This record gives sequence, C-alpha cells and structure tokens, in this order.
Amino acid sequence: MFLDFFYALRQEGIPVSIQEWRALLTSLEHGLHRDSLDRFYGIARACLVKTEAHYDAFDRAFLRVFEGVEGALPITDALLDWLREARDLPELTAEQWEKLKELSTTDLMDQFDKTLREQKERHDGGSRWVGTGGSSPYGNSGRHPSGIRVGGEGRSRSAMKVAESRRYLGYRTDITLDIRQMVMALRRLRQLTRTGSATELDLEETIDKTCRNAGEIELEFRPPRRNDVRLLLMLDVGGTMDPYTQLVGQLLSAMKQTHGLRDFRFYYFHNCIYDRIFTHPWLRRQDSVGLGQLFRELDGRWKLMVVGDAAMHPAELLQSYGNIDHTEAVESTGLDCLQMVRQRYPRAVWMNPDPPRAWGSRSTQVIGKIFPMFHLSVSGLEDAVKTLVGARTDKAA
Amino acid sequence: MTRKFIQFQGTPEYVTSAALQDAVNVAIALERPLLLKGEPGTGKTVLAGHVARALGMKLLTWHIKSTSKAQDGLYVYDTVQRLNDSRFGGGDVADIRRYIRLGPLGQSFASPERVVLLIDEIDKADLEFPNDLLRELDEMQFTIMETSDTIRAQNRPVVMITSNNEKELPDAFLRRCIFHFIDFPDREQMTEIVAVHHKQLDEKLLEQVLIKFFWLREQPEFRKKPSTSELVDWISALLRGGVTLEQLEKTVPFVGVLLKKEQDVRVLDRTLKAKGAPPTTWSQLGPRYSQ
Repeated sequence: MFLDFFYALRQEGIPVSIQEWRALLTSLEHGLHRDSLDRFYGIARACLVKTEAHYDAFDRAFLRVFEGVEGALPITDALLDWLREARDLPELTAEQWEKLKELSTTDLMDQFDKTLREQKERHDGGSRWVGTGGSSPYGNSGRHPSGIRVGGEGRSRSAMKVAESRRYLGYRTDITLDIRQMVMALRRLRQLTRTGSATELDLEETIDKTCRNAGEIELEFRPPRRNDVRLLLMLDVGGTMDPYTQLVGQLLSAMKQTHGLRDFRFYYFHNCIYDRIFTHPWLRRQDSVGLGQLFRELDGRWKLMVVGDAAMHPAELLQSYGNIDHTEAVESTGLDCLQMVRQRYPRAVWMNPDPPRAWGSRSTQVIGKIFPMFHLSVSGLEDAVKTLVGARTDKAA
Repeated sequence: MTRKFIQFQGTPEYVTSAALQDAVNVAIALERPLLLKGEPGTGKTVLAGHVARALGMKLLTWHIKSTSKAQDGLYVYDTVQRLNDSRFGGGDVADIRRYIRLGPLGQSFASPERVVLLIDEIDKADLEFPNDLLRELDEMQFTIMETSDTIRAQNRPVVMITSNNEKELPDAFLRRCIFHFIDFPDREQMTEIVAVHHKQLDEKLLEQVLIKFFWLREQPEFRKKPSTSELVDWISALLRGGVTLEQLEKTVPFVGVLLKKEQDVRVLDRTLKAKGAPPTTWSQLGPRYSQ
C-alpha cells in the first residue's frame, strides 16, 4: 500500500524523490504519526510536497490510495469523552442536521459503541471503521461512508475530510491567473548582457589592476548588466476572443508592469494575421502597420508572443482573400503571413487561452505546427517564457 | 526504533493547526529546514518565535534582503576595519580572527546549545541564494577561509525558512526541506485566534466583526485582501473607538485599518452604495460559511 501511494503521487505529477520518501519513512520510524491516519496525512504532505500548487494533486492521490482506510486509533475512554463533547462541525448540511436530530445523544453513543464492538470482534483487516451512514455527529452519508469519525484531536479535521474537500484547488498552477502571477512568470523573461557605456565600477578588475600597479589605485569600469529582451506582443481581439477580454487585458497590464524589458511593443489583429497589424483594438486602417514595415523596424532579435485562440474557419487561414473582413482583401493566405512572421521572429510562441483539450480544430492544429503553442495559464506562461529565452527550438516551419 | 523527541504543540498565544504542528515536529525530528509559505499575515515569521519559546531555545533571525549573500550568513571578514586599525593603530592587526564576525547562520552553528534559526523571506534574495546555502545546511559546518577555522554545529539548529513566493526556489533546495503552506484560517480558527488577542470580547460583536471581515475577503475586486494581523488591529480600533453593535451592523467603521489600497476603499464604497448595508449573518456570505 505504501509503494502504491508513492506511485500514485508520481502519477498525479508530484515529483517525489527517493530522498523525500526516505524522509517520510524516517519520520514514521520515529513514530511521529502516532498511529493515526490524520497525522500521517500531515506528515506525508510536509515531507513529500514542496509547493502548495501540488496540495490538490496530493489530496487526490491520498483519496485514491487510502479511501476506506480509517484512523486506527485504539478506543479509549478519552475518545468517548471526546465524542461526548463533540460539537457540530460547520461542514454539516441542513439535511444532515435533520437526520441528526432524529437521534438522541444516548442512542448515538449506544450505536457507536455497538458498531465499534462488532468491529473489534470481527476484526476484518483490523483498521476499517464502517460507520452507519448519517447517524453520527461526523457522519457523511455521501460518497465517503465514514460514519463516526475517529481521528484527530479537538478541531483538527480528518485527513480524508481535508483531502476530500479539495481545498487547495485554487493553488493549482495550471488554472488561469491574476496579474501578479503573470508578472512573476514574466520576470523570467530576461537575458542579462553587458552593453552600452561603461558606468559601473568593476571592483575585482580594479583591485587586480591596482595590485599589478604596485598599489597605485587604478579604476576600471564596465557597462552595467541589462536585460536585453525585446518583446513583441500580438493580440487577437473580437469574435471568439471576447470571453477572454479580461484575461488578455490582465496579460497586457502584466507586460506593462514587467519593468526591465529592453523594449516592448504590442499590436492587435483579428482571428489571423494578414499583411497588416493594428496599433489599436478597433482595427481601423489608419491605425495599422504593414508587416513589411514592422519587419524593417523590428529585427529578428525581437521575441514574439502571439495571443489568440487560433480558432477560425479554415478558409481564413488557407485561401487567398480569406480575410474575414472583406474591406481588407489580401492576396496572400493567412498561413503564408503567419509563416512569414515566424521566419522573421524565430523566437516566437503562441499563447492560447482555450484549454488544451479544446485545441482540436483544424486551424489550431495548423497554427500549432508553425508556432509552439502554450496554454495561457501560470505554468503555460512559464513554459512559454522558457521557450522564448531558452535554447532555440526546431519547431520553425 | 523510538526516540524521545521534543514536540511542539503550539503556545497559548499562537494557534496552530494539527498539520502545522506535524510539520514542525517532523522538521525537528529529521533535523531538516522547515519551509513555510502562505498568505501575508498568516503568522509565518511569528511562528519561529513561538517554536523557540515552546522548546525553550534561543531565537536567531536572519532577515534576507535583495542584496543578501549566502556568505553573509556564515561570516563577514571586516577588511575595512582591519585596514583602518593598521593605519591608525587600534589593536592587533596580525590576528585576523578579531576581524571575523559570524553571521546568523554561523552563530547558530557556534552556539553551545541548540537554537532556532529563522531565515526570513528567503525569496527576497537572488535566485541562486538558496543553492549557495545547500552544503552548509546539509553538513551544518563551514570553514573560515581566512583562518582555516572550521565551525561545526554541536547541535543542529532548528532552521525555519519563510517565503512569500516571489521567486521559485530551486528543486535541490526544496528536496532538503520540510514544507508547509499555512492556510488562511477558517471561521472557527479565526475565532480562536481573535480570542487569543482580545480575551474579553463580546460574542455578538465578535461574530459581526468576523462576518464583515470574511465578507470583505470574499470581494473579488479587491487588490489586497485583509489579513489576520489587520483583523486584530481592526478589533483594537473598534474597541478603542467604542463602536457599538448597532453601528457595526450598518457600516464598516475604520475601514482604513483593513483596506490598504485606495482603489479597494472606493470599491467598497461602491458596493455599499449598491447593496445598502454589509451582511449581518453568516448565511448571507454563502454556503461555505453557514452552519
């Protein structure tokens, strides 16, 4: 069962190493879990999980492996005392309350006692408490039939309860994000170089030179380290992108907050990039720049991030004059234009706000072959940034 | 194999969850650093002080800044002082040991008894900072280059590290840590926490205070949600201002104690104008809060 748990965790994507697993085993040897599943839950999580983003995955694995196994605590008077003091937990629903009211406390205690005794006598598997659904103060007549809870002290919740309530869902990184998280992800977008005028005192070099100079001070300067990343952002607006307006707006403000980029520009387009892009989301011709001019102004050192759902009619992508806006008849196909853009900017990514399971459409597939495509979420953005500043990818068409 | 361990159970002034106690105890037993994360104001930094007090150990604190270097935590060789002494004559310049000052980590190793070392806000420092500490934290010893003295921990200190998540910590570092994420306290826990700080608080008043507080936290438009420490301050303000239950039911007085951003105050004004009055019962906050 133990190894099952290890592999269940790895299956859920938690990178548990042997080192961490051994830490858990050592603490179990020390008896820190005090023979309780709840404590084990806490200890296992503290040893094995290193970020709150994985808490939810941990809960899922824990549920799967330990479902039905309940706290193997010895039954003592203290436990009965505790039960007597038991107060209502806020998690009870009105329905459960109604059920509860049907039972008096004495009935309840009797029944609990009986169940326990039966359990002891039968002793199947040793550590299984099957409660009688809905008849105890902690009963949960739902999926997890854990009758009377035996576990934890005072207000501590049972491990199963915690695991089941999936309270850490909000900390998962693969769901979409707020501005601050975006800024944090974008901070990685940097390549430090020393260019420009030498204004910073190079202390080590100065000392070295001074020593060589027999102690006569000789100052040495060097250019300060600066971020060398130029970022070009292209945003799809309107149509199918409307549900994501807020998200894209957040990304844009995060970009603007990302100080230290050497240069940053953003343009808009609708559905697909054709021969011109727009400086304003209204997409009027007078606010537009031709691709040729853009290519002249911004060279291949610029990194390109396209944000769009890549969902369009195949004709918009593959046919001449495919532009959805007929006043903008263009001979080259959308696909040609996209390939031109990609060739000009080898470091490019496509951020798709649709979840990856919705990337099945033909246009998405085609565009995904031209640009490395990432989901617009914390982890997706981090991966995209790695692609932008990391080793060059071979995905260029 | 059972050994007797010092167990941390929380202190009367600090309310802990069972999971947090477990994490602390595992860290103590395995002699590994405990990494604490959590929303601001959930008591990450304070915990170290309470652990130290509960275990009867001394607390050493190392506040990390963006300029902190791992070396600073071990020792600093005060070359400028030595140069100054050599030129103007102030003590024995030949004895380099006089110019070596131990940093917090160095002190915690050198201390004859076991201490609690708090490395506060480790994410403030450079990305490589945690990696630079790996060896020292593993072996609990280091060598002072200038004098070839080795400082070895006689008692491995209880190391607690806090992080506000501003930077990712390196995997190699994380593997060596015990990790705990401090949840934002739920309604029950919060009642306990408040009781620790304000012992004689009227029950009805407290309930209203908490309803308002959790209601404010539920507002999606707020940029900065009020935290526990702000709640405690707010209650002090309410008590000193002599706010009555009736007033509290209608408005949110001294809102500046809870909300620190101008936009948030404006959002609240707008919400109050639209809705009339803040909620007065838990059920108005939705199913998560109602009993």
